[in-house]
Amino acid sequence: MTDAVTDTAPATASFHASDEATARLKKRRASETRLRLYGVIAIALAALALVALLWNIVSRTMNAATEHYIAIDATIEEDEDDFLGVVKKSARGAFPYVSGRSAKRELYSLFSDGAADDMRQAKEAGTLETGEAVPMRFLMSDTADLYMRGEFGALETRASEGALTIEEDGKKVILRAQSGAFADALGLAKAGLAREADSLRRQEARQAVGIATLEQRLPDLTGDERENTLAQMTYFKSEQARFAAEATALDALITGDRDTRLALSNRMASFFVAAHGGILKLTEVSAETALAIPLVPMQTTETAPGGAWSLHILDRPEIGRPVKDRQIAILETLKDEGRIERVANWKFFSLSDSTQPEIAGIKGALIGSLWTMLVTFVLAFPIGVSAAIYLEEFAPKNRFTDFIEVNINNLAAVPSIVFGLLGLAVFLNFFGVPRSSPLAGGLVLALMTLPTVIIAARAAIRAVPPSIRWAAMGIGASKTQTVFHHVLPLAMPGILTGTIIGMAQALGETAPLLMIGMVAFITAVPEGITDSATVLPVQIFNWANASERAFDMRTAAAIAVLLAFLVLMNAIAIILRKRFERRW
Amino acid sequence: MKYRNTFALAFLASVAATSASARDEIRVVGSSTVFPFSTAVAEQFGKKTDFETPVVESTGSGGGLKLFCSGVGVDHPDVANSSRRMKQKEYDLCQANGVTDIIEVKIGFDGIVIGNAIDSPSFDLSRKDLYRALAKETAQYGRITANSFKTWNEVNPSMPPLPIEVLGPPPTSGTRDAFEELAIHKGAHQFGLEKADAKKVEIRDDGAYIESGENDNLIVSKLEADPKKLGIFGFSFLDQNADRIKGSKIEGVEPTFENIASGEYPVSRSLWVYVKKAHIGVIPGIEEYMAEFLDDAAIGEDGYAVEKGLIPLEDSELETYQSAVDNQTVMTGKEDLK
Repeated sequence: MTDAVTDTAPATASFHASDEATARLKKRRASETRLRLYGVIAIALAALALVALLWNIVSRTMNAATEHYIAIDATIEEDEDDFLGVVKKSARGAFPYVSGRSAKRELYSLFSDGAADDMRQAKEAGTLETGEAVPMRFLMSDTADLYMRGEFGALETRASEGALTIEEDGKKVILRAQSGAFADALGLAKAGLAREADSLRRQEARQAVGIATLEQRLPDLTGDERENTLAQMTYFKSEQARFAAEATALDALITGDRDTRLALSNRMASFFVAAHGGILKLTEVSAETALAIPLVPMQTTETAPGGAWSLHILDRPEIGRPVKDRQIAILETLKDEGRIERVANWKFFSLSDSTQPEIAGIKGALIGSLWTMLVTFVLAFPIGVSAAIYLEEFAPKNRFTDFIEVNINNLAAVPSIVFGLLGLAVFLNFFGVPRSSPLAGGLVLALMTLPTVIIAARAAIRAVPPSIRWAAMGIGASKTQTVFHHVLPLAMPGILTGTIIGMAQALGETAPLLMIGMVAFITAVPEGITDSATVLPVQIFNWANASERAFDMRTAAAIAVLLAFLVLMNAIAIILRKRFERRW
Repeated sequence: MKYRNTFALAFLASVAATSASARDEIRVVGSSTVFPFSTAVAEQFGKKTDFETPVVESTGSGGGLKLFCSGVGVDHPDVANSSRRMKQKEYDLCQANGVTDIIEVKIGFDGIVIGNAIDSPSFDLSRKDLYRALAKETAQYGRITANSFKTWNEVNPSMPPLPIEVLGPPPTSGTRDAFEELAIHKGAHQFGLEKADAKKVEIRDDGAYIESGENDNLIVSKLEADPKKLGIFGFSFLDQNADRIKGSKIEGVEPTFENIASGEYPVSRSLWVYVKKAHIGVIPGIEEYMAEFLDDAAIGEDGYAVEKGLIPLEDSELETYQSAVDNQTVMTGKEDLK
């Protein structure tokens, strides 16, 4: 700019009005618009990310907000104490046709151990109804619950045209329906086989490539290497032949005409026929006939007219899902009878950690977090504020206090795991504070929070105008009186805000707690600061690591609880600031 | 002011009181692989008996055994879980710190699965292939040199032409140790390296092996999102997610429950629990906890720990360890520890 000014000697109006000037102006305005645009884009991206995060958490949390119960009758004796037995007995009573060991196991695993816990608690509370045929609600197991939410795919219903004749053949049932009612099923099964054959062919081709490559190398090889290569070629050839034979066998099945029955396996989609109140699982299918086994028995074996029966398809192979065909049949039957209830999951707040997702709750971790935060606050707040007052109001300004100030600022940036190591060495090993206790956790987190509190408190104290101090001293107050009667009350909103932000940070920490044993499986709710406890972020971490899929939504719910806790703490900070804030 | 003093006193008193008091819950530390089984047992134990539910910490096998061996007394854990057998060094540490009587129990097996997304090409790997594909320095074109294999079919022409990208746990993980030992080192030895040399083989760090954290769920979802990659994870995660991912065959053997239990699947390891005998009778319930752990209802064929993905011991072996717990048989120091 200076160049421009010196070049055009008299800075006249023509300089500002020239074409070049207009162009420059345009350019400057454009750059300002761009800058604004960048700002808007940055904020929009941040907002989008926040919305995506919240949406993700909230939508998954909604799943954890409800749970499923199965309503069946139970017989409960006055002095019953084997409640798991009661659940099993009631299940057998409700489904008398489920026989055989593995079938019964599948039936029992629809129910959660939590069902027995509920009864035990009711008995202890004296509210358990006893007698015969008591209507009970039993908690559903995690996999059954996930099926009800459609996690393993939903049953697809196909229209049923024409009558279905049913003929019993030993334990199995032969089904016949006109006009190719099962053609869809047959097609789908064959498509599955075709995919499998394709994959086999690809593997066969890969073996061929392997053999060709080895053959090329062979002339250059001698001794052991040659022997090894030959052996590998023989293996590849045998694999190639195996894949080819398997693929050809599948081809024969695929090209089989539509009237030959195709055997279904648990690697293909599952097909069910619902008729006369029963559910049958197809084991062999052709376009017009099918062989089936009854999973839920039918009331009659009369011919079912068109529309009175239906074909259901679940396009996920049984082998790839934890919920089995028999369980699906029972659940669908229960659903049709209206015996499955979906209710609000208040248990999530009244139960503590468990290895079974359906009876895992947040209470223990929530109370653990509260105790830990209490210890952190009781230690970090008074110590931090005292330190800040001393440093700001009393300490002389010299190299030593500068050194301390630099160190406090550095401490605020130390990785939190270091505080955990310090806690392990000092509090646990030296002072003998109990491992895993909120006391140990609170001590470590207080160390971590202290620098934040001191920095915030010092800033708040410094922001109090000197005139306040002078006025106080002018009317004869001592230094201590000035600080405690005048400066501190005015600085309090800032101090509290800083403290709560420091505490919020501590609330979300897991790393320092790892060293002092708070990353643990603890089912008991801590009753004091010396009981073993865990905290919310640790609970989230543990559930996120669990292999059971039902923990997924509970992890999201626990995150929501943690976020709510944080929002609450920040809200308190805002309220305190608004209430006590003074302007001068 | 008076009120404030009372509060401070109460606080100090509670601190002082705790350091002296004994503990009435069992403390278990150790492997994150054994953690889900150990917690399931702890939970059942807490429900079935009048004892407190044990506190189970997931510290990793090495960290757990270190804590376990640090001494006798209420400040030290009673039980250690480990996804490998105790090392001689750890045994010596225990002895040096007065932890002389240790009951050693094998509870079952865990299979390490190398898998990919369900719709991706199936792999039939051998340990030799894994060594050649994943070792830092590997045998290629007839000599040992820095690994420059980029795709699987370069390693073995019969494998799919996919880039070598394997998601696996970081070096701090026991699963990684076991994978290195059981797959890479073994494969190197099979390939013709001397045993001592094979043991020194490291996993490559040029991006073909992608460290993906200790969380197996994360690996599973990454595999689902990227069908070109392979991942290394525990069998229970394959079991729970069989509709999303599949396990590769290793030397022609599929990672199934039966194959791991029979020992046919080559990349599997045994899981161990160590109990401090000196604490039995001091901390209430240790005997009962171990009895619950070794009960058929827990780690037997149809046990609840097995439902969580533990591969059970053979009946005869289970009986051996059940009686070891009943008789409180301690380690003699003559075991074949590494």
